[in-house]
Amino acid sequence: MATSETEWRLPSPRKVGLTLVIMTESALFTIFVVAYLFYIGKSLNPPYPREVLEFPWLGSIFLFGSSGTVVVAEQRLKKGDKGGFHLWWAITALLGLGFLIYTGSEWYNLIYHDHLTLSTNLFGSTFYSLVGLHASHVIVGLILLTLILVASLTGNIQERHHEHIEMISWYWHFVDGIWAVVVTVVYIIGMQ
Amino acid sequence: MTAWIQDLIFTVDHKKLGFMYLGAGWLFFIAGGILALLIRTQIAVPNNHLLDGETFNGAITMHGTTMIFFFAMLMVFGLINYIVPLQIGARDMAFPRLNAFSFWATFFGGIFLFMSYVFGPGLYGTGAAPDASWFALAPLTSRAFSPGNNIDFWSLGLLVSGVGSITGGVNIMVTIFCYRTKGMTLYRMPLFTWLALVTMFLVIMFMPPLSAAQIMLVLERFFGAKFFEAQAGGSPVLWQHFFWIFGHPEVYILVLPAFGIISECVPVFSRKPIFGYPMMVAATVMIGFISAGVWAHHMFTIGMDSFSVTFFAFATFVIAIPTGIKIFNWLGTMYGGKIRFEIPMLFCIAFLFQFLIAGLTGIMLGCAPFDWQLNDSYFVIAHFHYVIVGGIVFAVFAGFYYWFPKAVGRMMDKRLGLWHFWIFTIGFHLTFDPQHFLGFLGMPRRIYTYQEGRGWEVLNMISTIGAFLQAVGGIIFIVNMIISARKGKVAGDDPWDAWTLEWMTSSPPPDYNFEHLPEVRSRRPLWDLKHPEDPDWKFE
Repeated sequence: MATSETEWRLPSPRKVGLTLVIMTESALFTIFVVAYLFYIGKSLNPPYPREVLEFPWLGSIFLFGSSGTVVVAEQRLKKGDKGGFHLWWAITALLGLGFLIYTGSEWYNLIYHDHLTLSTNLFGSTFYSLVGLHASHVIVGLILLTLILVASLTGNIQERHHEHIEMISWYWHFVDGIWAVVVTVVYIIGMQ
Repeated sequence: MTAWIQDLIFTVDHKKLGFMYLGAGWLFFIAGGILALLIRTQIAVPNNHLLDGETFNGAITMHGTTMIFFFAMLMVFGLINYIVPLQIGARDMAFPRLNAFSFWATFFGGIFLFMSYVFGPGLYGTGAAPDASWFALAPLTSRAFSPGNNIDFWSLGLLVSGVGSITGGVNIMVTIFCYRTKGMTLYRMPLFTWLALVTMFLVIMFMPPLSAAQIMLVLERFFGAKFFEAQAGGSPVLWQHFFWIFGHPEVYILVLPAFGIISECVPVFSRKPIFGYPMMVAATVMIGFISAGVWAHHMFTIGMDSFSVTFFAFATFVIAIPTGIKIFNWLGTMYGGKIRFEIPMLFCIAFLFQFLIAGLTGIMLGCAPFDWQLNDSYFVIAHFHYVIVGGIVFAVFAGFYYWFPKAVGRMMDKRLGLWHFWIFTIGFHLTFDPQHFLGFLGMPRRIYTYQEGRGWEVLNMISTIGAFLQAVGGIIFIVNMIISARKGKVAGDDPWDAWTLEWMTSSPPPDYNFEHLPEVRSRRPLWDLKHPEDPDWKFE
């Protein structure tokens, strides 16, 4: 059983740490998703989802697209193409920003046009809490993307920071995955 | 003096943070203990007027919340923080600054909770301590039934401390996965570390549901959201589900590290390696998984359909199997061993008896028809105090007597330890044994007083006397720690002739923990070092 000849290798703390953060965040989202699913069709007063929600094509294209651009940005970085990395990384951040603007306009319409607020009914409470929790994660991701962009443009990103960048892209994929769940629950199942 | 305080405030060292967790935990223990004595004094005799109903409700809520979240959790995190990096041969935690953040978040969460006693009247002019009991059932927590801000102190305090627990959990898991010394494979990790790993998995998976439920409660109380309000079509039962999907794994979050302490002490004081190491690990992982599927056994009386009742009752019985494996393995370790009756071992043996009874009453309550009869009675109180005091607190005492020489460099006094052990054990049994019978006699939990002539008087009086005996035992323990830290016998590196890595470094360990470590080749690296003619790695 002696292992003295073999090399002693342990996993990267950043990768393990972020995997665990994603697990614990998933547990947090699960509860909000369960609350949403549990209360579908149980609101006692309008507005109801089918009357006021529209499928978020634009927002979804922005966010799912940004998952692709972040991969391209990472590949550019690995090939040593700093300019390409900046370009695609900036596009990712802009797509994230576009998603937030889309969500903002959706919420503006819901609040001022359809008079749906957090306190209107069960739908309002579960909708804003779930979508809002996701949007808050997009905001965090956007801040991280911007920080990296600024750091890279000012020449502060070295070889040893590549794993940090990879982790941010993992996080961004996670935010994207959560959006897939939210779309399924809120805009597909919830509209039946 | 100021330099010393400054050092504590700004430190990121896992050993100092461990001390701070434990110190803060004992402070909260004293606060929660005083509340417990108030509760017991109030119901010692019928028609008592020491506390009025509202104050009593506040006392039970604060007692439960404090003991679970700010005593037991802090003990868990403190011991793991101190011991795990030493056991795996690491220099510190994976993320030391995050570790400091976790401590301060948890600590300020607790301080915030207790501020309700000062600032509780709040803006609306009513209330003091949170008084909706430690699981704060909806709709009791809604604005209509709990005006004022006392519930907000409860929910926000737990939300903040929950963030601290989750970040701490991630940190400890990363430390165990990524900072083991050369040769320490997962299969050679000490059992305390293994149990810490599973515990922290439960923390990161099951604290978030509580946080989510607290966020919903905060949204409901401050922004008029509707989650648990029946008038809006909501379901108060949903709160119970969200609370208990956290609440039951929480029990295992507390008890698994206790199992870990027992798994370290029993072999060392029986002079035998642990019996059935692979089964211990497997049983722990099994407990971790099954504990996720038993939560609704806290809710049998809400009127579930028979499939759910059967499912949760069955899952509850199944979890007894890995727990039973553990008990048999500890007995198997002691069997044929050369047992040294040092203070930690005494607490371990008491733990074995008491935890067995706690488990058996747990199986009784897991049986749904029995639970319909005795839910919310003193039988339930007796059951979970057997788990938490008879199990977890006894194990924590064992752990303190066991690792105190390592952390402080001096032995704890054995004579005072014996006094502590016997007074606390007798007090424990006087307090909680009669409560089983009070439950059978129909005494419901959370009543602030009762009439004469129901046959509850004598048992309640015995229980209260026991509570004060426990307090005496606890004071002896604290006195023992203070005296021993100053004047105890110098311990040396390895006073118990133990086998795990923490005993290899000096007592107390230097800031960097280890100067150099040999390659780990078995589960008992120190045995290999002390007995090169008969090392363990030949047989593993």
